[in-house]
Amino acid sequence: MATKTRTVEVALGTAGVDSDGRAVRTPMTVTENGSVTTLEPPALGAAPELAGEHMLINIGPQHPATHGVLRLVLELDGETVVRCIPHIGYLHCGFEKIGEYRQYNQVIPWTDREDYLNSIGNNVAFSIGAERLFGVEVPPRCTVLRVIAMELSRIISHLVWLGTTCIDLGAFTPFLWSFQERENVYNLLESWVGARLTTSATRVGGMAADIPEGWTDQLRHFIRTFPKTVDECDRMLTKNGIWIGRTTALGVMSANEAINYGLSGPMLRASGVAYDVRKDFPYLDYETYDFDVPVGSNGDVYDRFLVRVEELRQSTRILAQAIDRLPDGPVNSSDHRVILPPKSRAMSDMESMIHHFKQVMEGPRPPIGEVYVPVESPKGEKGYYFVSDGTAKPVRWRIRPPSYVNLSAISKMVEGHLLSDVIAINASIDIVMGEIDR
Amino acid sequence: MILATMASDPVVYGTFYDPAVAVTALPWLLFTILKMVIVFTVLMVGVAMLTLAERKISAWIQDRIGPNRTGYGGLLQPAADGLKNIMKEETYPDAAYTPLFILAPMLSFIPSLITFAVIPFAAPLSTRWGIVEMSVANVPIGFLYILAISSLGVYGIVLAGWSSNNKYSLLGGLRSSAQMISYEISMGMAAVSVLLLSGNVSLQAIVQQQQGMGWNVFPLLIGFFIFCVASFAETNRLPFDMPEAESELIAGYHTEYSAMKFSMFFIAEYSNMVTASALMVTLFFGGWDIPGTQWDNLPPWTFLKFALTLAFFVAKLLFFLFLYMWIRWTLPRFRYDQLMSLGWKVLLPLSLAYIVITGGAVLALDMLQVPRSVQWFGISPFWAALGVLNLVLAVLLFVLLDRGRIISPAYSRLSPIQIARLRAMSAGRSLAASQGD
Repeated sequence: MATKTRTVEVALGTAGVDSDGRAVRTPMTVTENGSVTTLEPPALGAAPELAGEHMLINIGPQHPATHGVLRLVLELDGETVVRCIPHIGYLHCGFEKIGEYRQYNQVIPWTDREDYLNSIGNNVAFSIGAERLFGVEVPPRCTVLRVIAMELSRIISHLVWLGTTCIDLGAFTPFLWSFQERENVYNLLESWVGARLTTSATRVGGMAADIPEGWTDQLRHFIRTFPKTVDECDRMLTKNGIWIGRTTALGVMSANEAINYGLSGPMLRASGVAYDVRKDFPYLDYETYDFDVPVGSNGDVYDRFLVRVEELRQSTRILAQAIDRLPDGPVNSSDHRVILPPKSRAMSDMESMIHHFKQVMEGPRPPIGEVYVPVESPKGEKGYYFVSDGTAKPVRWRIRPPSYVNLSAISKMVEGHLLSDVIAINASIDIVMGEIDR
Repeated sequence: MILATMASDPVVYGTFYDPAVAVTALPWLLFTILKMVIVFTVLMVGVAMLTLAERKISAWIQDRIGPNRTGYGGLLQPAADGLKNIMKEETYPDAAYTPLFILAPMLSFIPSLITFAVIPFAAPLSTRWGIVEMSVANVPIGFLYILAISSLGVYGIVLAGWSSNNKYSLLGGLRSSAQMISYEISMGMAAVSVLLLSGNVSLQAIVQQQQGMGWNVFPLLIGFFIFCVASFAETNRLPFDMPEAESELIAGYHTEYSAMKFSMFFIAEYSNMVTASALMVTLFFGGWDIPGTQWDNLPPWTFLKFALTLAFFVAKLLFFLFLYMWIRWTLPRFRYDQLMSLGWKVLLPLSLAYIVITGGAVLALDMLQVPRSVQWFGISPFWAALGVLNLVLAVLLFVLLDRGRIISPAYSRLSPIQIARLRAMSAGRSLAASQGD
């Protein structure tokens, strides 16, 4: 009879210990037909020596290394972490609730602010989801531009991750190198959509703006120079003995555990699971691009580092292909349900003016239904879930935040390691609190 | 045997000058006070400029410009920083133990300055009152003095960590005390090899020995390596900046400090760097020796000789200070336990074995009557023989202790069951405490 063993903590609400101070844990065997049998409790190992008084320490919410307002309550035995409780919610803005009172296009600025390192990627992801709900097709130029936007924002996010992780482990210089490159990407975005961080670049059914004259040349220049910076950072860290010593065998998640915790993105791929939404549930014609999905083998912090650095290179590859295939044509869909008429016609033509007025004041109405669209954000599988009752505003708009799910594994990864490792592991998750608290 | 060699080899162990012509009495006192004032001033201004240099060098490494608003090219930036620190409010946390909280920066600051006192920084200068020695205090036990005083600096850090009554500060203080004590041993042991070669603990004698024989860095290559690593740890500089570890412990032991008290820790760090660099120069790079000539080692002690040797000393010093900064902006940080195992499991056994090897080699070379003084092509056979031995050892060492073998990976030290047990213990305690009250 096939059995699965799992350990269940019983008697919640009590201290969870018996009279000898042992944890009350009842391992159970769950059989296929659902009946439960109890096993012998596992023998406790030798007591750790010098188990003195434990120290409770707060990392955050204001701390240089928590990447936002994450608060980790750590119970330390010496410098070894025996318990880690993450507290979130310090950056709660109610994006999802606000979304229920906004038309679809009006929600787009809020998507800038949830994962603010990936704002243009979020815009694209939101629009893809909303378009599937509306049943709108976008023209090919728009699709390619959105691929460029997605990959640029992946580069931004990974560069921030690389830089801040370096700082967390004490190497300051790659931080500034990678931030210089990030600055170059932001300059590109600025000349495209006018904003750097809060881009709001897409609309349901198209883009807010087409790329300006000569923009692809700037992008080509960036693609030429950027890999040099990646190589420099790579040289500084990948074979550095201290870096390897700080990151290998740290916060290991096996493929099984990673899947069980629902991890996605580089966190999951570092554990050896080649799951990439771009490959497995392609959107924006990603299946037609030639790129590799880097996969780690050990699932430790070092593998996550390698995976992300390789993803920077793969993103550059995708960008190069996207520029080459960028077609001419409109960036907006011709579907009048979601797209405003041209301003000149709205000012001269009665029907167009009414159409413009209705679109702006009431907003486009999707059919009744619900849709979930996952995309591969830099942090992992990001999904937007919409429930529509046929009105111009979503009844429910829900974000599947990869940072949030990935962060849930931090206790598992951290416990048993040292205080310094908490910082490295936390950095390796690549969290953005805006996305976690929403 | 060694003593006999020392006595019979005047080039190596001769004196710079006859003690009878040294400056004495009132002029001696005045000169000493003058030297103290000058060295103190130069050191303080130098430290201030070092902070600027650090920022400029880091900017250069990181493709930035660095401070350039205050004064020409940012030259007045240290003055602006100093002024800012003096004008800021001195904060005293409620929970801190105030007497020690105030005392700690001083305890950190003072030893870092007074260690410089015994370092000879130039050739002696002949004046009309006699010959003036160019170190603030020519102590015959110079090196022991440095070991003794520089180890006092750790008290400042520990007390700062403890008296702040802050968990981060405490962890920083604990780490630093463990780290500095561990690496002090390796540092002292590595320096013993220099003492074996020079047969004297006076820094003047060590400089002199190198002038006669050649710089110690070649015959004591591994000793220099160990000393260099340990002095990085001693000065709490990256990759050993555990006590501050800004991303983990906010600012470590000086989290609670502000204004001038914070500045004192800062000055202490930089003057420790200067002293450690000066020590490396003195013990391994010939001190104020000008390489390739004996002109600077022989009387008359003119002002030109003084100025040139001083310039060479400063140049070597600046090279090491640059090395400190270069490494800081290049490497990531060790983890605390990796650092301790590097200190205790690698550097300490290495330095102990090295003492035995060096002692044996020196004894053997002396028994074989290998001359220490310069013989052919300006090279001392003794120096060359020991150097070749070190080169071989260094190659072996660096192959054996290649990366990945010194630093252990960051495995979890506890099994899940041990973690559960530890958790249960604390839960039991808190339960008992809540029921007891």
